Amino acid sequence: MSGKAYIREMPKTTWWLSHSRYRRYVAREVTCIPIGIYTAVLIWGLMRLSQGAAAWEGFIEALNSPLSILFHLVAFVFAVVHTISWFNVTPSAMRVQIGEDFAPGAVIIGAHYTGWVVVSLIVLFMAGV
Amino acid sequence: MSERQVEVEILRYDPETDQAPKLQSYSVPCQEEWVVLDAITYIKDHIDTTVSFRWSCHMAVCGSCGMMVNGEPALSCKSFLRDYPDKIRIEPLAHFPIVRDLVVQLDDFMEKLNRVKPYIIPKEKKSVSDGQHKQSPAQLKAFKQYTLCINCTLCYAACPQYGLVPDFIGPAAMALAHRYNLDSRDGGREQRQEVVATDEGVWECSFVGACSEVCPKQVDPAGAIQQMKIASTVDWYKEHLMPWSKP
Amino acid sequence: MAKSNKPIVWGLFAAGGTITAFLTPVMIFVTGLAVPFGIMGPEVLAYDRIHDFVANWFWKLVLFGIIFFSLWHAAHRFRITMHDFGVRADRVVAKISYLLAALGTLGAIVLLLRI
Ligand code: SF4
Ligand code: FES
Repeated sequence: MSGKAYIREMPKTTWWLSHSRYRRYVAREVTCIPIGIYTAVLIWGLMRLSQGAAAWEGFIEALNSPLSILFHLVAFVFAVVHTISWFNVTPSAMRVQIGEDFAPGAVIIGAHYTGWVVVSLIVLFMAGV
Repeated sequence: MSERQVEVEILRYDPETDQAPKLQSYSVPCQEEWVVLDAITYIKDHIDTTVSFRWSCHMAVCGSCGMMVNGEPALSCKSFLRDYPDKIRIEPLAHFPIVRDLVVQLDDFMEKLNRVKPYIIPKEKKSVSDGQHKQSPAQLKAFKQYTLCINCTLCYAACPQYGLVPDFIGPAAMALAHRYNLDSRDGGREQRQEVVATDEGVWECSFVGACSEVCPKQVDPAGAIQQMKIASTVDWYKEHLMPWSKP
Repeated sequence: MAKSNKPIVWGLFAAGGTITAFLTPVMIFVTGLAVPFGIMGPEVLAYDRIHDFVANWFWKLVLFGIIFFSLWHAAHRFRITMHDFGVRADRVVAKISYLLAALGTLGAIVLLLRI
């Protein structure tokens, strides 16, 4: 073999546009941005809470602004994308061998979704729905 | 038996004369039951004898006929033409250097495979007179899935991290490291960790999962890598936060 | 080749990924959507109620855990994502991401202690 083998370079920034599989992957990865911002909103809320009732009212008012609602809607969608993508890969990342066989993927994934529903209901109940 | 005219585009590259690869189109009369490899073989036998490609078993066992079929890494002997439109594009496996036409250079993969010591490093030395190493069906099953790899490197062609960071050890080699780590007869994990637990090892992987999706043998290299990440993380915390736990 | 130190941050990333998967959607709903859309009354987020809640030591700890792990999860994934988008200054990106996460964590501790 001569040294003339041809090397195809991958475009460093746009490679993920080339295949639906990669686009799905990037959609999963960017969920970190809204999740990070939402966490910052929580910290911001703690700050306002620590500053007394008036400051807290201002925070609640800001939460009711159209921009905030839009952000939370987007963040909600991304958060759900994260949840689904996270649960769906659990069986291959953590295999559970019982005796000879492995617990079927559907059971492991199903357990996660069930837990998700339960946890969400508990939080909603605590919030006072 | 029905015949169908399929336009087969092949990415050609001749290292002696070409600066860059280019597509060449062939019109191939294909039989209903043909696979992509049959169409390429037809081209070589009847249209253009200069087309170079690798194959051997024609039954998804040897792992040598991997190609990009319409942009997707696939075994050409396992890709039935009836599942494709009347025009298909065949390219050499992505992320590997092209030697000629559809033939790619696998030296890098071979070298990496070697580095993870994909063989049993016995836990305890046993002489023949001591009898055989016993293994229960459950112990066998623990790693069986990862033994099914045929080294076709489709997973490397699918993995964007391997394409972007060529130092990455990559899916199949990792899955094989995991296969031996999980083997009850093996005691070589410590040695393999020197490769597995590095930045170029499991930590280059961002769990795109493409490798597992294209693998023709359901090896699930992505899962193997995640399991090794978890184990390496447990190791790290044990080593640094609980040094007394080290044997 | 030396063994990597990525397990430190990856451990937090993985734990955070699990926590955010279970909790973030419903939390976003409760704190950011339910009240504006009239699904829950404004009294749900009233000052006294929330203050009493956060003043409880147990919930303080839980909140801290959620914030801490969510931040580190997001920071680590952000670092990887930058790399995927072709930003190859990984050390700089890592430093900034983790620094922000550390600052957020510290801020949360201080604030939680003040409430
Ligand atoms: S892991 Fe699967 S795709 Fe990768 S080389 Fe082995 S058989 Fe081929
Ligand atoms: S020719 Fe052997 S796997 Fe396709």
